[in-house]
Amino acid sequence: MLLSTRGLSKTFAGLHAVEAVDLNIPEGEIRALIGPNGAGKTTLVGMISGRIAPSSGRVFFDGEDITRLPAHRRIRLGMAYTFQITSVFAGLSVAENVSLAARRRLRGKALQAEVDAALTRVGLQDRRTQDARDLAYGHQRLLEIAMGIVQRPRLLILDEPTQGLAEGEIAEFVNLVRDVSDRTTILLIEHNMRVVMDLAQRITVLSAGAVLAEGTPAEIHANADVQAAYLGRGSDAEAG
Amino acid sequence: MRAYAIHAGLLAILLALHFTLPAYHHGNLARVMVLASYAMGYNLLFGYTGLLSLGHALFFAAGMYGMGLGIQHLGLSPAPALLLGLASGAVVSGLLAALALRTSGVAFMIVTLMFAQAGYLTVLYFGEVTRGDEGFVIQQAQRVLWGVDLSAEGNRYIAALLLFGTCLMVSLWLVRSAFGRVLVAIRENEDRVRMLGYDVFAHKLAAMMISGGMAALAGAAYGLLFGYVGATFASVQYSIFPLLWVLLGGAGTVLGPFIGTLFMFYLIDLGSDLTTAYMLIAGVALVLLTLFAPQGVMGEVRRRFWRELP
Repeated sequence: MLLSTRGLSKTFAGLHAVEAVDLNIPEGEIRALIGPNGAGKTTLVGMISGRIAPSSGRVFFDGEDITRLPAHRRIRLGMAYTFQITSVFAGLSVAENVSLAARRRLRGKALQAEVDAALTRVGLQDRRTQDARDLAYGHQRLLEIAMGIVQRPRLLILDEPTQGLAEGEIAEFVNLVRDVSDRTTILLIEHNMRVVMDLAQRITVLSAGAVLAEGTPAEIHANADVQAAYLGRGSDAEAG
Repeated sequence: MRAYAIHAGLLAILLALHFTLPAYHHGNLARVMVLASYAMGYNLLFGYTGLLSLGHALFFAAGMYGMGLGIQHLGLSPAPALLLGLASGAVVSGLLAALALRTSGVAFMIVTLMFAQAGYLTVLYFGEVTRGDEGFVIQQAQRVLWGVDLSAEGNRYIAALLLFGTCLMVSLWLVRSAFGRVLVAIRENEDRVRMLGYDVFAHKLAAMMISGGMAALAGAAYGLLFGYVGATFASVQYSIFPLLWVLLGGAGTVLGPFIGTLFMFYLIDLGSDLTTAYMLIAGVALVLLTLFAPQGVMGEVRRRFWRELP
C-alpha cells in the first residue's frame, strides 16, 4: 500500500469531523473520495497531507508511519497537494509558480525543461510570463495542477480540481489526469460524478465523517446506501 | 547580467562622486551608504520575506556595541572588532528569531519591538560598561584598519562604499538565488510554500539571521567610521528608520533601500534648514508617497518601466 490510514479521527470542539477512517490506496491507483458537503473529505486529506493534526489514528506512507511528520517533510517523501481554493502565488509569474514547485529537486537547464513540459501539458506555455493573478480562474486551476505534476509525486492529492472549470476544460483535465496516472497514484476529491465515474478505479464514499462504502464505480453506482445518502434517487445525478 | 550591470553602475557613480563631490555632501553620502546597508539588511526580511520587524535597532546596536566594546574593553583592533560585531548580530538575531518566529503578523511586530526595547534598556542598565546614553568615542588611533586611518574623510568614504557595494551585491545575488525565491514565495503565500515541501521556519530563520547580520555589520561600521557608540542607536527610532527608508525607496527592490535612505536623509537635512519642524516635512513626503507611489520609488519604477527589476 502506498497510503494507509488506521482509525484516523478528527474532533473539532466535540464534533466528529472524521471518525475512525481506514483507507488503503495501492500504488498506481486512481482513487476518488466523494461525499456530500461537510462529510469531512477536506479534513481527511488535510490529515493525510499534514495540514491538520489528527485527534487520533495513524497515517502510513509507503509503509512508514508519517503521523508525526510536519507537512513539508511529507511532501518531500513524495506527496503533492493541490488546494481546493486556488492557492497560487498571485504576484509571481506562471513560470515562477511552477519553478518553485520543481526547484526542490531540480536546478538549471533540467528545471527549465521540466517547467516547460509541465506548462505545455496543461496548455499554459504561452502564458508563462503573465502574473498568476491575471489568469482566468480555470487557468489558475490548471496552474495548480501543473505545480502538482511538476513535483513528480508518488501520490498526487487533488482537492476538487474541476471546481469552476468549463465543460471543455473538464474533458482536458480528465485526459491530463489519466495521462499522469501511469506513474503517479492519485487521490481525487471530486464533486463532479461524471469525472469520478470516468477516472476512478475505486471510490471511497465518506458520509458524516465515516466511510459509508468503498468499491468500483459500478459497485458504488449500484449501492443503495450511497444512493440514499448522497446520490439521490436519480441514476446519473450530478451531485453538487 | 543586465541586473548586475545596473547595480555595478550605481557603484561606479558613487566612486566617481568620491572625486567630485564637495566635502559636505561627500561626508553625507558616506553616512547614507552605511545606513543604506542597514536598510538593505532590513529589506531582506521585510521586503522579500514579508516579515515586518520593529526591532532591528537591536541588531544594529548589537553590531555597534560588539565592535565598540571589543575595542574599548578587549583592546581589539578594528578588523576582529568588526567581526565580533557581525557575530553578535548573527547570534542575537538567531536567538530572537527562534522566539519571535513562533508568532506572525502583528504579534511578530510586538515581540521584536519588545525585545529591542529590552536591548536598549540593557545598554542603559550596564552603564558602567556601555556609558549608557552618553556613549563613548572611539579614538582616532583605534580606528586604523590595516594601516588605513578610517577617520580620514577619503578613507571613510571608500570604506563605506566597500561595505555598501558588498551588501548590495550580496542582496542582489541572494534575492535571485533559489533560496531568495523561496523567501519571496513565503511573502506571497506561506502555506503554499509549505505544501511544496519547503521548511518555512528554517527559511525564515536563515532570512532573519542574514538580515540581522547585515544590520549588525552596518552598525559596527557606523561606529567605527564615525567614531561614536551610543544608546540612541539602540532606541526604537532606529528600528523605525529602516522601515521608513525601505518603504520610501521601495520594499522588495535591491536599489530601494539606498534611494529611500538618500531621499530621507536629504529631506531632513534640507528641511531642518527651513524649519525646526523638519519631521513634518518628512511626514508630508511619506503621506504623498503613500498616496501616489505606494510601492515606493523603485517599486514604481518596477511597475511602470521594468518588471524584471530585482
